[in-house]
Amino acid sequence: MVGLQLVAADLFPRGVLPYLLGGLFIGLGVAVIYVGTGISAGASTFLESTLSYASSVPRFQRYRASRDWRVLFTLSIVAGAAMYSLAFGEFGWTTDVQPWRLLAGGVLVGVGTRVGKGCTSGHGVCGVGSASRTSIVNVATFLAVAIGVAQLVAALGVSP
Amino acid sequence: MVVGGLLFGFGLAASRMARPEIVLDFLQLEDLGLLFVMGGASAVAGLGFFLGPRLFDGAPLTGKAYERRLKSMDRDVLVGGVVFGVGWGISGICPGAAYASLGIGNVAILWAIAGMFVGAYAQGYWRAHRSATGPEGQGAD
Repeated sequence: MVGLQLVAADLFPRGVLPYLLGGLFIGLGVAVIYVGTGISAGASTFLESTLSYASSVPRFQRYRASRDWRVLFTLSIVAGAAMYSLAFGEFGWTTDVQPWRLLAGGVLVGVGTRVGKGCTSGHGVCGVGSASRTSIVNVATFLAVAIGVAQLVAALGVSP
Repeated sequence: MVVGGLLFGFGLAASRMARPEIVLDFLQLEDLGLLFVMGGASAVAGLGFFLGPRLFDGAPLTGKAYERRLKSMDRDVLVGGVVFGVGWGISGICPGAAYASLGIGNVAILWAIAGMFVGAYAQGYWRAHRSATGPEGQGAD
């Protein structure tokens, strides 16, 4: 028993409950949208659909039909997170991860999520939730690569 | 849509996924809590995907027929997954969590959001160019 508790404290230093509760809310959000509207909401298509306001590249124009609700969805995500942080006194938190990491990571995430047809919410939540084989393959791929890269970055001594 | 988005953002903030540090801790295998985020989220979402079509003939708000979200499997899914993984591993951010991070007041995340738009634009431009000039042009997915 003691051994098991040690392993648990080691693997989950911040406990499990906040993660589980947060995950349940994320899933509930996706479920509410799907049951109400028939739409599987992913967060990353917003990038391309919003570009259609500003760019005439045909690739982005495909998303004209969905771009308005995607903007609304994204603003609601921002607002929902703001509600949580204001309610629990966590508003105003900023990351210490260096800007170049955020920017470079962001560019690659932007390319990868669009080439790979989805992100952690589209593939990870909607796709895995509906047992899509494509999504499971995509999630397994990006998880494995991300773990390797994060280890490498840490090993190079980049922190934060 | 708004209610769902609010819940989604609330959950991202509550799960701490909106903090790149927590995601990086997970990827460095120092805190595996994120497994519960994704597990919990896909389980509840899966329940919605299961129940929706059984409760209603079509979506009550839009009249849209319920469809499964099945995307075709091809090389792009793997290539995209690898590129996404490198980016996620470097920065600890992904699209939904980045929007939520802005909501908790994290202004620095604008670097990441700007980066994502640049990346999305670059691939759209490049692919539009490729399908216009390439002989076989893999075209629409």
